[in-house]
Amino acid sequence: MRENRVSREIGGLPWGLWLRQIEAIVRLEVRKNYLGRRALWIYLLVLAPVFLIGVKAFMPSHEGEWSQFGKAGITYAGIFQFYYLRVGIFFACVGIFTYLFRGEVLEKSLHFYFLTPVRREILVVGKYLSGWITAATLFTISVGLSFAFMYVPYGAMGSDYFGKGPGMGQLLSYMGVTLLACLGYGSVFLLMGLIFRNPVIPAMAVLGWESVNFLLPPFLKKVSVIYYLQSLCPVSLPSGPFGILADPSPAWLAVLGLLVLTLAVVGVAGLSIRRMEINYGAD
Amino acid sequence: MECDMESNIIFENVSKFYGEVLGVNRVNLSIAPGITGLVGPNGSGKTTMMNLMTGLLRPSQGRILVLGIPTELPDRLFKKVGYCTQYDSFPKGLTGRQLLHSLLQLHGRTQGESAQGAREALERVGLADAADRRIAAYSKGMRQRIKLAQAICHGPQVLILDEPLNGLDPLARSEMLALFRELAAGGVHVIISSHILYEVDLISDRVIMLNRGFVVAEGNIQEVRDEMEEHPRQVFIRCTKPSVLAARIFELEQGVEVKLHEDRRGLLVRTRTVDQFFLMMNQVVLDNDLEVEFVAPSDDDVHSVYEYLIGSESGTL
Repeated sequence: MRENRVSREIGGLPWGLWLRQIEAIVRLEVRKNYLGRRALWIYLLVLAPVFLIGVKAFMPSHEGEWSQFGKAGITYAGIFQFYYLRVGIFFACVGIFTYLFRGEVLEKSLHFYFLTPVRREILVVGKYLSGWITAATLFTISVGLSFAFMYVPYGAMGSDYFGKGPGMGQLLSYMGVTLLACLGYGSVFLLMGLIFRNPVIPAMAVLGWESVNFLLPPFLKKVSVIYYLQSLCPVSLPSGPFGILADPSPAWLAVLGLLVLTLAVVGVAGLSIRRMEINYGAD
Repeated sequence: MECDMESNIIFENVSKFYGEVLGVNRVNLSIAPGITGLVGPNGSGKTTMMNLMTGLLRPSQGRILVLGIPTELPDRLFKKVGYCTQYDSFPKGLTGRQLLHSLLQLHGRTQGESAQGAREALERVGLADAADRRIAAYSKGMRQRIKLAQAICHGPQVLILDEPLNGLDPLARSEMLALFRELAAGGVHVIISSHILYEVDLISDRVIMLNRGFVVAEGNIQEVRDEMEEHPRQVFIRCTKPSVLAARIFELEQGVEVKLHEDRRGLLVRTRTVDQFFLMMNQVVLDNDLEVEFVAPSDDDVHSVYEYLIGSESGTL
């Protein structure tokens, strides 16, 4: 049977070919991301909050601890903003995205891609998408499970919170923020993996900057991914006695800003890779 | 000239520096279809030239065109070029078949075309039985074959091979050499680097000799040898009464040096005037009733030229 082939050219550009190539790259890379030995510590980051909240949820609880239903939302907001955004997703994206190019250079296998008729910009897009699919899938599942486990001890009250209350909306918001976090951090660490021989150092600099974001003056707060992500979280947290307040960004601006940042950084990565040489000996 | 650009591989005043270290310097070449051997000692620039030809490195100066395509355009270049590199590492977790299948999909082939192309390439390099084994479990020879398969699976017009016979047993080497000849006969440019000079000699139509980043010789090996007038030609002659022949050579001043072979049935003669020498030898053979079994130049092969130019650091022609 003759197979159909998408070979459309639109505006003189071979979009059909590019899409097929991106698909092939994503298939190759997602497999590596999920099954490599490196993936073990990423699974640890993904499963840690699920395990801890799950254990707490299913173990017999002391009176007064889980009985405070109203505090569950704040508690989960804290877990999400301090663990998921600043630790779990951050470090998982460091591991996944910096490895996409830097790892292949260290393993001396990047030339296999460079020896195919794939535009290097397409390679960047394909690898980026594969990293995003990996990180986003793992963490949205993790967020979903941990959020659900948060309300398991409350029985019917918890179910009502989801079915009739704001629970489902909050969960979808947290998942949306997770997807955007993977987009934003992923693009930054993809670029770092391309331009730095040791991307861990600049990644730690980014971590430091994001960590002190609450102390920064309002105009500097906005120069960070975490500011926009926190603006999108359904439950706000107090910034503490030392925190400097700034107006949260409107949701549409936060989403747009993150998307523009992602496109810009991936675009720079695409330009950067054009000049890349294969010289494994130098590494 | 325009015809050459479309059919040849052109280096125009190409230099490549790694910081202050010279890779290649002021290379000007036009490589025609056929089999071209690239020879030179370690560090002479062979791999650098191959990496420049395939865009894995960018020249510090000059430009390179492969069949008219600049090397900065991989989406056009690698439709026509296949490269078997020296790097002995592979994407993790893949079988031989999966590697080729994935690479063919990156060439834009459908699933069916990729599967067929992978199968054909694996059969061609003799890896059909091991196709579904992980590459990590392959022997050195098998890894070399899968690299070759990766280079030829998409039917390139230019095949660049960096030490392609490393790790292969003699039978496999012979099979691969036959494959390269077959491809060259079909119009493919084959550029092959090897330390095994007699193999380069066996299959190459022409050679490019490199030393310390410079091209020291280029062309058909016999033509290169003819230009090396500072090195007398060596001729080996097996005949009856070799001492008689030797005496006559000295009498007629046609030899710079004459050595008797250890079995005393042959002579190794060095002469600056090889054409006159052969005329003289015919006469001597007739006059002295000698029986000649064998006459042949003994130093117009790649190995000898290599020794003269690079082994003795003779410099550039």
